[in-house]
Amino acid sequence: MHDRKPYLELKQISKRYGGVAALTDVDFSVYPGEIQAVLGENGAGKSTLIKIASGVTDPTEGEVLIEGKPVRFKSPTEAMRAGVVCVFQELSLLPEMTVADNLSIVDPPKWFGMIDAKGQRERARSLLKRVGCEDVHPLELVRDLPLSRRQMVEIAKALGRNPRILILDEATSALTADDVERVYGIIRELKASGVGILYVSHRMREIEALADTATVFRNGRKIETFPKGARSVDAIIEMMIGREVTHQYPEKPQPAADRSVALAAAHLAWGREIQDISFTLRKGEIVGLGGLDGQGQRELLLALFGVLKGVSGTVAVDGKPLMLDGPRKAMQAPLPMALIPEDRKTEGLMLPMSVRDNMTLAALPRLAGRFGVDADKENAAVQLMVDRLRVKTPDLLAPVSALSGGNQQKVVLAKWLMTEPGIILLNDPTRGIDVGTKQEIYRLMRELANQGAAILFYSTDYAELIGCCDRVLVIYDGRIRRELAGDELNERNLLQSALNIDATEQAA
Amino acid sequence: MTSSGVRRGALGNWRFWLAHNSGVLTAAVLFLAMFTLYISNHSAGLTPAVATTAANKAVLLALVAMAQTLPVLTRGLDLSVGMVFVMANCIASVIVVGTVGEGMLGILAVLAIGALAGFINGAIVVWGRLQPIITTLATGAVYYGISLFVRPGPGGDVQSDIADLLTGQVFDVIPAALVVLLVVVLVVWIPYRRSVLGRAAYAVGSNEQAAYMSGVPVQRAKLLAYTLAGLLASIAGLMLTFNTYSGEASAPIAGSYTLNSIAAVVIGGTSLFGGWGSAIGSIFGAFVLRTIEDLLFVFDLPPLWQPLFQGVVLLIAVSLGAYRILRVRNRLELFS
Repeated sequence: MHDRKPYLELKQISKRYGGVAALTDVDFSVYPGEIQAVLGENGAGKSTLIKIASGVTDPTEGEVLIEGKPVRFKSPTEAMRAGVVCVFQELSLLPEMTVADNLSIVDPPKWFGMIDAKGQRERARSLLKRVGCEDVHPLELVRDLPLSRRQMVEIAKALGRNPRILILDEATSALTADDVERVYGIIRELKASGVGILYVSHRMREIEALADTATVFRNGRKIETFPKGARSVDAIIEMMIGREVTHQYPEKPQPAADRSVALAAAHLAWGREIQDISFTLRKGEIVGLGGLDGQGQRELLLALFGVLKGVSGTVAVDGKPLMLDGPRKAMQAPLPMALIPEDRKTEGLMLPMSVRDNMTLAALPRLAGRFGVDADKENAAVQLMVDRLRVKTPDLLAPVSALSGGNQQKVVLAKWLMTEPGIILLNDPTRGIDVGTKQEIYRLMRELANQGAAILFYSTDYAELIGCCDRVLVIYDGRIRRELAGDELNERNLLQSALNIDATEQAA
Repeated sequence: MTSSGVRRGALGNWRFWLAHNSGVLTAAVLFLAMFTLYISNHSAGLTPAVATTAANKAVLLALVAMAQTLPVLTRGLDLSVGMVFVMANCIASVIVVGTVGEGMLGILAVLAIGALAGFINGAIVVWGRLQPIITTLATGAVYYGISLFVRPGPGGDVQSDIADLLTGQVFDVIPAALVVLLVVVLVVWIPYRRSVLGRAAYAVGSNEQAAYMSGVPVQRAKLLAYTLAGLLASIAGLMLTFNTYSGEASAPIAGSYTLNSIAAVVIGGTSLFGGWGSAIGSIFGAFVLRTIEDLLFVFDLPPLWQPLFQGVVLLIAVSLGAYRILRVRNRLELFS
């Protein structure tokens, strides 16, 4: 089938963000009438690839070609005009506007230069019909639609742009089984009419059902492109994991099931994201949360810290029930809780404020003197933390924004260590920081656990989970899919349960 | 109202229209109730003269509030609308003079200057990437400075034929100012609302990132919103000149029109978070604020009560819009 020319071609593409390489030297092409699956672990470079193909970012090096001609997309609009249309994972719909408005947001039908509301409604109706969403009224606001319908509207919007290449980035993650079937049908129809499809999914089953070819990415490099069926699921997983240099992790103590329970959660549920999760966390234990990105791990941490409203189920801390009612409650629990947030820049730090002010923000009540905050006490406590975590800062009064990513993360950690937490919730704390700081954080985690803290640790890096955790709970679709510990805790098992592949299915 | 309930039935479009315009309708009903109360207590009742006096005052704020609506829809704010209004007034009192023809040319010049002032605001916001509040605070001071320069003391004149025509009555019944307002709505607002760039403004206010990802012309939408804001404010400035036959570089007038325009926008159901609302709502919001003044007058209450009364109405209107908080599931959303 490759006797034809590729419609979209990427040549020798590299992309660097600051010093970090997201893609290195990638050659990649999509042919008309082909369904190509893109596979890879979190952070393997898939989303960067899509961003470059759809004009969201520029490559640092290399060329993009459409039908053999080099192009340079300055914006998603230009990519769309060239026929490359993307259904983004994070929805690109406008919540305060109607479905009809959203479907014709660029190039709406016009009448004397003005938008033809009626024509637009008709167009919306036919597009919705095409994706089998006749139950959605064109005049409904997008914000009033449930997530699964919104995703279908997103797909309808992409179809309305007459794509030559359609990129689907985890486009079925929120769909019901019926809708998924319908999307398969649409994809096959498009394929028959000569549209090239780039399909990013973590679901092996979908890929087996749909793809003609698959390409595996790892660490920003393309590993291989092969026709469907040429490689076993096993071999694909091997390719995705690769042979990485392992980090030096601190030694794990003997498992001790006799230690007292620090936190017990029973039947936690919140919308689609968390579904009936129960587990216990013992003192001195590091428990990992594994699985693919976005399966409800973040929501679970937020729920435990009381940020989400309307969580059902119970949480007991040190044997006493805890009301999930805001971070202040969680911090005042019998064993005080701390949450190291995922995005340190928006949820963890006050960037323009000094290292000192950031560090002591959560622990100010402890530092109170007779008249407000005791400055001597504060400085002493901050100096202690700076020394303990080896924070590299020119001065305690320097703004946090002046520090490197790794040191910023240390400031966030220090802020919470100052409150002397008994339960520490970590939300992907090593994302985007250098290897040296990562190792220091691993060491610190183990040190805190040995001193009796209970740690719940979400990471998108599997090697890190294996190296640091006593146990790992693998989450899939908001449920604990599997618990791994001891010898079972290895990369293969982790990835298999993350992809929700049964051992039996694999043997077949 | 659950979305699924609405989706299932084969309901007509009017139901969605009602939901989309509930803010506007609330403001309109509030205004009608207050105006009825005012008229029924007025010694003369609803005569053309009473209506014209009321309209001439109310249309000024209504136009400035319409101007304010456009940047607000893009999730911005224009603190210079009051100053552009005053600047247009001062310039008009110099150049909208002479014969009717010369007056018309003057009017065109004033409108062009207003649009230019708005364009400058937009250009700084879009290309200078400064925050709208601080940008328009600064440019507002500049525009006020120009007003002072043009008209150091109150005075000047205006082409009286045009002025009398636009502040009098049509067919001896309908206040001409209302007709002016209607024409502005039909010629400026409706086409804007139904243009690609007008809808792009809503998209930008709703979610700027998603708008960009969808290929919406984000920058042009913002530029046009600020430019039209300047144009509408200068129309208001012209109407002020026709009412007073003079120009005055008054800082209190500029300031109070700016702040009242924001209040009118909110009462009219437009969200200060952008992406939701309508200039029609702002017109009724402005009418509500003006009627408060008249109500205090017919009930013989001291004018000192007016700020207090206005504040209470504004608080009630804002509280109606705050019910969103009750529906939030993730507390972090409250801060975004």
